[in-house]
Amino acid sequence: MSRISKEQVKHVAHLARLAVTEEETEMLTEQLDKIIGFAEELNELDTENVEPTTHVLELKNVLREDEVRNSVSVDEAMKNAPAQRDGQFKVPNILE
Amino acid sequence: MSILDKKISELNELLHKKELSVSDLVDASFDRIHQVDDKVKAFLTLNEEYSRIKAKQLDEKLVSGADRGLLFGMPIGIKDNIVTKGIRTTCASRILENFEPIYDATVVERLSAADTVTIGKLNMDEFAMGSSNENSGFHPTFNPWDLSCVPGGSSGASAASVSAGEVLFSLGSDTGGSIRQPAAFCGVVGLKPTYGLVSRYGLVAFASSLDQIGPITKTVEDNAYLLQAIAGNDPMDSTSAKVDVPDYLASFTGDVKGLKIAVPKEYFGEGVEAGVKENVMAALKVLEGLGATWEEVSLPHSKYALATYYLLSSSEASANLSRFDGVRYGLRSDNSNNLIDMYKQSRSEGFGEEVKRRIMLGTFALSSGYYDAYYKKAQKVRTLIKEDFTNIFEKYDVIIGPTTPSASFKCGSMVKDPVTMYMNDILTIPVNLAGVPAISVPCGFSDGLPTGLQIIGKHFDEKTIYQVAHAFEQATEHHKAKPKL
Repeated sequence: MSRISKEQVKHVAHLARLAVTEEETEMLTEQLDKIIGFAEELNELDTENVEPTTHVLELKNVLREDEVRNSVSVDEAMKNAPAQRDGQFKVPNILE
Repeated sequence: MSILDKKISELNELLHKKELSVSDLVDASFDRIHQVDDKVKAFLTLNEEYSRIKAKQLDEKLVSGADRGLLFGMPIGIKDNIVTKGIRTTCASRILENFEPIYDATVVERLSAADTVTIGKLNMDEFAMGSSNENSGFHPTFNPWDLSCVPGGSSGASAASVSAGEVLFSLGSDTGGSIRQPAAFCGVVGLKPTYGLVSRYGLVAFASSLDQIGPITKTVEDNAYLLQAIAGNDPMDSTSAKVDVPDYLASFTGDVKGLKIAVPKEYFGEGVEAGVKENVMAALKVLEGLGATWEEVSLPHSKYALATYYLLSSSEASANLSRFDGVRYGLRSDNSNNLIDMYKQSRSEGFGEEVKRRIMLGTFALSSGYYDAYYKKAQKVRTLIKEDFTNIFEKYDVIIGPTTPSASFKCGSMVKDPVTMYMNDILTIPVNLAGVPAISVPCGFSDGLPTGLQIIGKHFDEKTIYQVAHAFEQATEHHKAKPKL
């Protein structure tokens, strides 16, 4: 039985903001199924009372002084922009 | 023999006596690149004009007797996921083909303070996802020992360029083995430092809880020089550790008497080639001869590391790579007429197949209804893997095993099946999950191709790793072998 369906793959692609063709959907369904199947071996382990590790070092709330500092200029920030107008990033229509 | 075959300490001496100039070094580097890079294909961008200007400036310093940095005049190559102000930084991805960073990564600033010369930017698997350099969005890199074989990955070109003598040393990054595996495949020395020792500021993030920048060099001593220059706390990276950086160069005592080595039986299991095992056993004999002792131990959760790694690293990647949306930088598709479509088309045209596959896996593992079963489960197993190491390090100084299950493989031989390709990293991945440091040093050949010895240490104990690696290197001739190009 398949662990992941083509519909799920299409839904995940939408969440990930990726456009997938019908052919890519087929391939990804098969490959993700295999990878997920392989990942299911973790279920052999009882982790009921195990704390998850999000970070290997004991770090908590790394804070800094709230002081005014130089930041990048508008020109620098715009340097790599694919499209811009009047010092702002230009994007296609958001509202239809 | 090329001048670039010498060690940093030897070159320092020659520069100091004015028997050598920085321009000589930089010329030697570009001469070699122009001679062999058509075959090796390590570089994505060359910084030739500026390198020659920088060399002249440093030579003036040499004449005037001004203070010189730790790595004065040394030509370095930098993996193309580390940002360099004004020098194109692509992550070997079409999505960043024309990206010119507006700042330097902290490691690049520190190299600059140490007076290195940035020769160019090195190829890699796209966004550091891969083990062969075949996932580069531009072209593959080839192994200097056999041009029909892969250099490993993802820092494949960082290792190949050092092995081929194009640069004196290089920087790579290691998320699941991406410094150590290519170092092993190309017969050079590669260190993944303790998580948090080297700043990640300016390293384009793949999996933030696993990524570390580290040095790739020809010798252990050079490796310590480069780490010395880049290690230490950085306020720009909130995950950077507040620890004192020791004097790594003082660790070369040559003495390993009484050192306790743990050898995990899981690192010699199924899939590990006979030639690789033999070389590691021979290395243990060498260390025994120097007065160290070793015992077989178990890291019982090793077999779960690969699945844990792919779930966690892909989840983190799916979040990190969401920044590539065609708005502020990077490729924007012309084939769309609304915002959501623009995001989708830009990302689909810009990212390669492996990157998309991992974004998909990560998005799935983090999605509603699957988060607990996959992502959280993997985080819990990570705790068990980390504890395996903590337990062993209560009794032993270092853990030793092979770096990779096999020597390098033929280009194209593993591209079809992602899981088989992932198996390359089974011996390096647990180290990243535990956050501990590890080095790969050359330990001989299997069917004519180099293999690596992996030495794993305690958190922030790079010094002991270097001590062992150096003692082994000095007692053997493996590091003296050079590929014939």
